[in-house]
Amino acid sequence: MKFLSSFLALILTLALVSAASVQAQPGADDIIARSLETFYYSGDDQRTRATMRLVNPQGKERRRVMTLLRKDLGGAGEQRYYIYFHEPADVKGTTFMVWKYPAREDDRWIFIPAIKLVRRIAADDKRSSFVGSDFTYEDVSGREVGDESHSLLDETDLDGRPVYRIESVPKAKADYVRRLSWVDRERWLPLKEEYYDGRGELLRTFTADAVREVDGHWTVTQRTMRDAQSGHHTEVVYDEINYGVGLNDDLFSERYLQRPPRQWIR
Amino acid sequence: MSRECKHLVNHPGIVRKWVCYPRQRDAVNPSLGARCGHPWPQTPSAGGNAPTCVVSPALTRQTPSILHFALAGVLAWGAGLPAGAAEAPPLEIPEIHGFLQAHGAARLGGVDCDPGTACDLPFNEQRLQLKAEGGGFAGALGYAGKIDLLHDAALGESEADVRELYADYNADRYSVRAGRQVVTWGVADLLFINDTFPKDWTAFYGGLPLEYLKRGSDAMRLDLFPDFADVQLVLADFRPDRLPDRERFVLPGQAIQAELDEPSGLEVGLRVSRYVGSWDGALYLSRTHYRAPALRQVGAGWQGGFPRLNAVGASLSGPLGSGVLSLEAGYYDSVDDRDGNDPAIGNSQTRLLAGYSRQIGADTTLGVQGYVEWMHDHAAYRRTLPAGQPERDELRGVATLRLTRFQMHQTLRLSLFAFWGISEGDGYLIPSARYAFSDALWGEVGANLVVGDRSGQFGVLGDNDNVYMTLRYAF
Repeated sequence: MKFLSSFLALILTLALVSAASVQAQPGADDIIARSLETFYYSGDDQRTRATMRLVNPQGKERRRVMTLLRKDLGGAGEQRYYIYFHEPADVKGTTFMVWKYPAREDDRWIFIPAIKLVRRIAADDKRSSFVGSDFTYEDVSGREVGDESHSLLDETDLDGRPVYRIESVPKAKADYVRRLSWVDRERWLPLKEEYYDGRGELLRTFTADAVREVDGHWTVTQRTMRDAQSGHHTEVVYDEINYGVGLNDDLFSERYLQRPPRQWIR
Repeated sequence: MSRECKHLVNHPGIVRKWVCYPRQRDAVNPSLGARCGHPWPQTPSAGGNAPTCVVSPALTRQTPSILHFALAGVLAWGAGLPAGAAEAPPLEIPEIHGFLQAHGAARLGGVDCDPGTACDLPFNEQRLQLKAEGGGFAGALGYAGKIDLLHDAALGESEADVRELYADYNADRYSVRAGRQVVTWGVADLLFINDTFPKDWTAFYGGLPLEYLKRGSDAMRLDLFPDFADVQLVLADFRPDRLPDRERFVLPGQAIQAELDEPSGLEVGLRVSRYVGSWDGALYLSRTHYRAPALRQVGAGWQGGFPRLNAVGASLSGPLGSGVLSLEAGYYDSVDDRDGNDPAIGNSQTRLLAGYSRQIGADTTLGVQGYVEWMHDHAAYRRTLPAGQPERDELRGVATLRLTRFQMHQTLRLSLFAFWGISEGDGYLIPSARYAFSDALWGEVGANLVVGDRSGQFGVLGDNDNVYMTLRYAF
């Protein structure tokens, strides 16, 4: 009887230990899901002002300065984005709006101030460059966990931060066939990503160059995407970031595409 | 006196008219001696005279009434200032931007031009655009002005063109914009059904940047935002289209000099729009005038006016597959020629359009449109059509294609826009390449090429093929 109870205690202990270890090392899908949540969904809404530097291999630089507004609708992943371009001068006043849906194509509109035209635009967000940068639309507004199959490679360190290294393979045809990501084990932010083509050649590298806590949310405040093939790279610096600022749903409408809300666009 | 008729060059979105006007119509205002630069119809080149048009006295009286409207609007909604507006600093310092732009177009082919036509270089201009915008009272007030200082070397002229100059008042559920402003309606691409606002076809056919296709309206625009929809009311003074003229274009037929009587009184446009799920729906109503003149012979001379037009229509645009589907329809009620017996005035029409655009590769987008114009009372039109004139079809079909490809991190944009006049057997191709040397400087080369039947609405411009180049430095 004593033997039996000892045996049960051992089983129970083993079960607990194994449960604890499962909890300590979540599955790859959970890690990516949490990373996407932290990177793209922090807070109920967000206002940022960002400067994007597009640098060609010769070091010649172009600049985009924009205000981005984002609001999450409910918990199902639906989001609204609004982007106002301050610079360059030739596109100043251009606004861009995305209604993002978790399970279908996003709706997108652009307003071109020179002709006062609001136009719905068709664009494949996985392949389209965002305003000529090395980021795609998808890099800006996020992808879904289910778009790729994920596997956890190992736990390691990256520049002094503890990270999970994850391999992701897109389920549908994409411009890359494999992505490696380094996800911070404590802050859940992606610190680095590498995209590879079918021949194993590196295509693009994402790096989170500066991370800090803003309004209680760990936030990447500076990021770079490098095109390994062309040598072109794009650096984004977030000059102003605020969460939970109280954006209204109706801000994300044709009305404000045409007349940017001065309260938020500064 | 024999009637001499010919058709005006026009765009598929605008009714083509016969330049003869056999019936006596309302008395035309006597000339006040005021001259304006309306380019159509053009004088015979021999004299080299500027074309004349008569400014109606009623028109000049209308401008203050718009200001009254604007003032009344501001006062009426003054109580609805956004929160914080009262404490905010009154006016911000305006931001000044603009650009320097050079544009030239060279005629292609050995064309015999009239002596007064800028033949080899129909477009050769340099312009400085200054743009100022600002606001105040926490966004409750806004203002913008855009003025072009233009040197037109092709015609040896200089002018200051006020392209936009307006003030905004923004309340919680309303906004008012008063002054010269561009209004764009509809979902079609370079075909116009419910967008009855003034356009500059001279700039378009000359390859100027697209923004020059739209002319500002002197208007008061009121936007209301009730929960069920967005409602836009536009009250505007009449402004005509700027049509291809003989100073730059080689056109068939004889030149005619005419005095044009511009309509007085406000034009009214109403647009009601809302989202229906992922679709954008809109209804349109316009009480306006044709913006190309209808001319009649009076004694030895010609006089012209802009006949009344009512337009009603709808549009819908939304996702289909991985692209965007656009549908638009409109009915043109030709008020002054409802029975279709007046060959000088376009008959009533129904216009239908379907378009689809989607991305077909990395940074490559394809758009196609099908457009139909159905002329009503076609039998009456045929009956009254002057002898010897080519007859227009009851149904006129146009297809368009737009192919745009970005390369080199979107510094290079390659584009092709093509109109194909299905029923008239003509076409119009606009290939172009634009390269951004930096954020401030871009250059574009392109061409305007007309092919096919010379009696078609595009084909009539067949002697005006050109290659153009634009260089813009923005600051």
